[in-house]
Amino acid sequence: MTVGFIMLVHEPLERARQVARHWAAAGCPIMIHVDKAVPARVFDAFRRDLEDLPNIRFSARHRCEWGTFSLVDATQTAAQAMLEAFPDLQHVFLASGSCLPLRPVGELRDYLAKHADTDFIESVTTTDVPWTIGGLDSERFDFSFPFSWKRHRYLFDRWVRLQRLVGRRRPIPEGLQPHLGSQWWCLTRKTLEAILGDARRGVFERYFRRVWIPDESYFQTLTRLHARRIESRSLTLSKFDFQGKPHIFYDDHLQLLRRSDCFVARKIWPRANRLYDSFLNTPAFEDPAANPNPGQIDQIFARAVDRRTRGRPGLYMQSRFPNWDWENGKTAAPYGMLCGFGDLCEAFPQWLSRTIGCRAHGHLFAPERVEFAGNLTTFAGGLSGDARLRDYSPQAFLTNLIWNTRGERQCFLYGARDNQQIQRFVCADPNAHISIVTGAWAVPLFQSGRPFGEARAEAAALQKIEAAFLKRLRAPQTRARVRIWTMAEFLENPAEPLLTIAADLGGALRPPLAEMPHLRNLDGFDTFVQALRNEGMHPHLMGELPVSQPSDAARRSARRATR
Amino acid sequence: MGALGAYGLRLQRKRYRYRALKRRRQLTTVADRTGALRPDDIVLVTTLRNEKVRLPYFLRYYRQLGIGQFLVVDNGSTDGSREYLADQPDVSLWSTEASYKRSRYGMDWMNALLSRYCQRRWALTVDVDEFFIYPFCDTRSLGALTDWLSASSIRSFGALIVDMYPRGPVDAEAYRAGQNPFEIAAWFDSGNYTISRNPKFGNLWIQGGPRARVFFAEEPALAPALNKIPLVRWERRFAYVSSTHNILPRGLNRVYDEWGGEKASGCLLHAKFLDTFAEKSAEEMVRKQHYAASREYRAYERAAGGNPQLWCEWSEKYVNWQQMETLGLMSKGNWA
Repeated sequence: MTVGFIMLVHEPLERARQVARHWAAAGCPIMIHVDKAVPARVFDAFRRDLEDLPNIRFSARHRCEWGTFSLVDATQTAAQAMLEAFPDLQHVFLASGSCLPLRPVGELRDYLAKHADTDFIESVTTTDVPWTIGGLDSERFDFSFPFSWKRHRYLFDRWVRLQRLVGRRRPIPEGLQPHLGSQWWCLTRKTLEAILGDARRGVFERYFRRVWIPDESYFQTLTRLHARRIESRSLTLSKFDFQGKPHIFYDDHLQLLRRSDCFVARKIWPRANRLYDSFLNTPAFEDPAANPNPGQIDQIFARAVDRRTRGRPGLYMQSRFPNWDWENGKTAAPYGMLCGFGDLCEAFPQWLSRTIGCRAHGHLFAPERVEFAGNLTTFAGGLSGDARLRDYSPQAFLTNLIWNTRGERQCFLYGARDNQQIQRFVCADPNAHISIVTGAWAVPLFQSGRPFGEARAEAAALQKIEAAFLKRLRAPQTRARVRIWTMAEFLENPAEPLLTIAADLGGALRPPLAEMPHLRNLDGFDTFVQALRNEGMHPHLMGELPVSQPSDAARRSARRATR
Repeated sequence: MGALGAYGLRLQRKRYRYRALKRRRQLTTVADRTGALRPDDIVLVTTLRNEKVRLPYFLRYYRQLGIGQFLVVDNGSTDGSREYLADQPDVSLWSTEASYKRSRYGMDWMNALLSRYCQRRWALTVDVDEFFIYPFCDTRSLGALTDWLSASSIRSFGALIVDMYPRGPVDAEAYRAGQNPFEIAAWFDSGNYTISRNPKFGNLWIQGGPRARVFFAEEPALAPALNKIPLVRWERRFAYVSSTHNILPRGLNRVYDEWGGEKASGCLLHAKFLDTFAEKSAEEMVRKQHYAASREYRAYERAAGGNPQLWCEWSEKYVNWQQMETLGLMSKGNWA
C-alpha cells in the first residue's frame, strides 16, 4: 500500500536528481524516464549518481517532443515497468523533472490511503474547457496532426487549414468520449493496469497517435472507461499562461506555495534555491490532513493572464500601446467635460468642486496655457501647464491626466476657443461625460468690450467651430455620454442642467443643492445678440433667448432650486 | 511595409554591420577576458568616457543583478577609468581615441562587440548612468528574467528611461564614488510621457519626463527619446540603429502590445542629473560629440546655465519596482 512516482525528465537533470533522492529517501519507488535527447554521457552520470538507491529504476528511453505521442509512449513504458517492478503499489503519481514536492510524502500517502479507489486526473470534455491553444479544441480530436508544430509550423498550419476547409472528422474509436486535462495525474494501480492491458489498446493508440497533444487526452479519456471513481483535478499544482506555457515558480512564491496545501507544484525555476531548500529539507505544514487549496495562486496567475491580454484600462505606456478601439477603456476613469457653463456662471469650477467634491479645472485646452485647478503650473504626474507641450499630443495629455488622478474625479471646462484636436478622442470615449450649453461662447465676447466688428467676426468663427463639435457629438459613433442644452434653455431654468450635471458627475448626489453658482450679469446681452443679427450674422446655436431681462428670471429659478 | 521598404531596411542593417566590422579595428584590446565566458552568462555592453566616479557602484549594481561579464569600450578617458576597469576580474576592456560621433555615438563599437562576443547570448546594452530595473528584480535575478523570456520565445525586452533628479538644484549634493546615485537623485516624473509609433522601424517613440517639461517646452518634438530596448538575445545579424532606441530586424522593436494587453517591460533609472552633470555638459558643449550637434546640452545650458532645477511638487520619490509598475511606467505582463 504505497505510492510510486514516474518522473519524466530532461536536461537540466540536477534538480530532478535532488527531487528523486527526496522521494526515494521517503521510501517511494521511482521510475525515471530520461529523454533520449539527453547525451549518453550525461545520462550515465545521472544514473550512477542515483545507483545507491535501490528503489529508483530507469525505464527504456524515448525521444520526446512536445505535442506528440512520444510523451504518451514514454509514460506508458515507464508505467508498465513500474507496475511490474513494484507489485505492491496502490497509486502511481506522474511527475516531471521540474516538479517540487510541497508536502511530506507521508501526508500524500495518508491522503491517498483515504482515497484508495480514487483516480486523481483532470478530465473534462472539450466543450467545457476554454484553455486550449491556437483555437484547437474539438479539432484536436477530429483532425490528424502528422507535422511537428515545433519544427514544421508552416506545414502544421496549412494541414490544419486544409482539414478545416474540408470539414474533416476522424472516426473516434467506439466507446470513447474524448476528454482533456492536465498531463500530471495520480492513478490507481487498477485503473492503470486496465488502461495498459486493454484488449483494444492498439486501436486506441492508433487513434491517439494522430491527436494533437495526446499527453493531455490519452489517459484523460481512457480513465473514463476504466476508473471506479474519478476526482477530476490534478494533485500537481500547475498553471498555464495565455499561450499555454506553464507558469514558473520562483523564490518569492514560497509563502504562497506553503499556503496552497498542494502536494506537488510545477514548474519550478531550476535556480530557485530557496524553494528547493525549504521544501526538500524542512517541510512543515500546520495541518497534515489539509486539502489542496491553490486559490490564491490561481488568482495571481489569472491576474497575470488578464494583464497580458486585456491590460489596465486607460494606460498607454512602453509595452501597452493599443490600436484605436482596442484599448479596453480609452481612459482610466470617468471624467466631465463642461462646455459653456464657465461662460454663463461665475467661478463655475470652484462651485462644481465644492458641490460634488471633484477636481474641477478651468479650460485645460485653452490656447494660452493649461488652466489647472488652483492655477497650478504643473499637475499630477508632472504634467506641464505649458500649452505647447500639451498641444504636442493633446490625447496623451488627457489620458495621462486621467491616469495620474485615478481615484479623484476630474472635470474641466471646454469651449470653441480651445484646442479642437481632442474632440475625436473624447467623443469616442465612454468615460467622457460631455455637457454642453450651446451658444454660451457669446457671453465672454459680449463682456469683453472689444470693438463690435472684431467681436462679430470672432462670433461667427466660434459658432462655426461649435456647430462642428455638435455635429460630432450627435454622430452615431459617439460613445461619450452627451447632454446638450441651448443657452436659452439654460437661462429659462439653470437649476435643471446644473442639477443634472452635478448628479451625473457626483454620483449619489441628490437635490436640493446647498448652493448655486452666480450667473454672470447678462443685462444688455439681448441687445448684443440683436446687433449680431443686424450685422447679418445668425446666432442659431443659442436657442430663442427671451427678449428682456433674462437674468432676472434666471436668478429667480436659481433661488427656487436652492430652497 | 512593402517589399521595397523591407529590402531598404535589410540594406541598412547590412550597412550597420559593415560599419561595425570596420570600426572594430579602432578598438585596442586592453584586457580580454571573454575566454572565461560561460554559455549562459549574461553580458553587459557599454561605452564610456571619464566616468570613474560612477564605476564602483555601476559594477556592484550589475554584478548583484547577475551580469556575468562586462564588455567595455573606453573612449579616451583621462581620469583613470581605463586603469580601474582593466583591474576588474569580470571586465573585458577595449580602448579607442577615435571619434564617438563618427562611430554613430558609440553604436558601431557596441554592434561590433555584440556580434563578436554575444552570439545567442542575452546582452544588456546600457550607459554607465543607466540602472536597469525589471519586475521582481528585488527577488529574482536577471537570469530568471532571461530564462523566462527564452522560454516564452521573446527575443527582446524594452525599458523606459526614467530621468531621476534631486530635490533642489542638481549640483547641491556631491556624488561620492561607490554611492547609490538614487540616494541623491531620488525623484522622477510619473505621468507626462507622450508616445507615437515610428512607422519605419516599428518601435514606439516616447518623450516626456523632466527633460521635456523643463528644457523642451518650446520645441517638444526635439525632446530626447526615452524608449530603449537594452536587453536582447543577440544574434550576429542584429544591429542597433540609433542608440538602443531601435534595432534591426524591426520585429525586435515590437516590445509592446497593440491589442490592449501589456507585455512585460522594465525601466532604466537614469542617474544623469547629479553634480557631475554641469561639468559634463560644459565639456560636451566644447567636444560637440553628442547627438544632433549636442542639441540637448545646448538646451541645458540655455535653460539654467547648466544647473537646472528639475524638481516640482508633483515629483514622485522612487521606492521600488512595484511602485513603477503601479504607476504604469513598466509592467509585469504575464510574468507572475
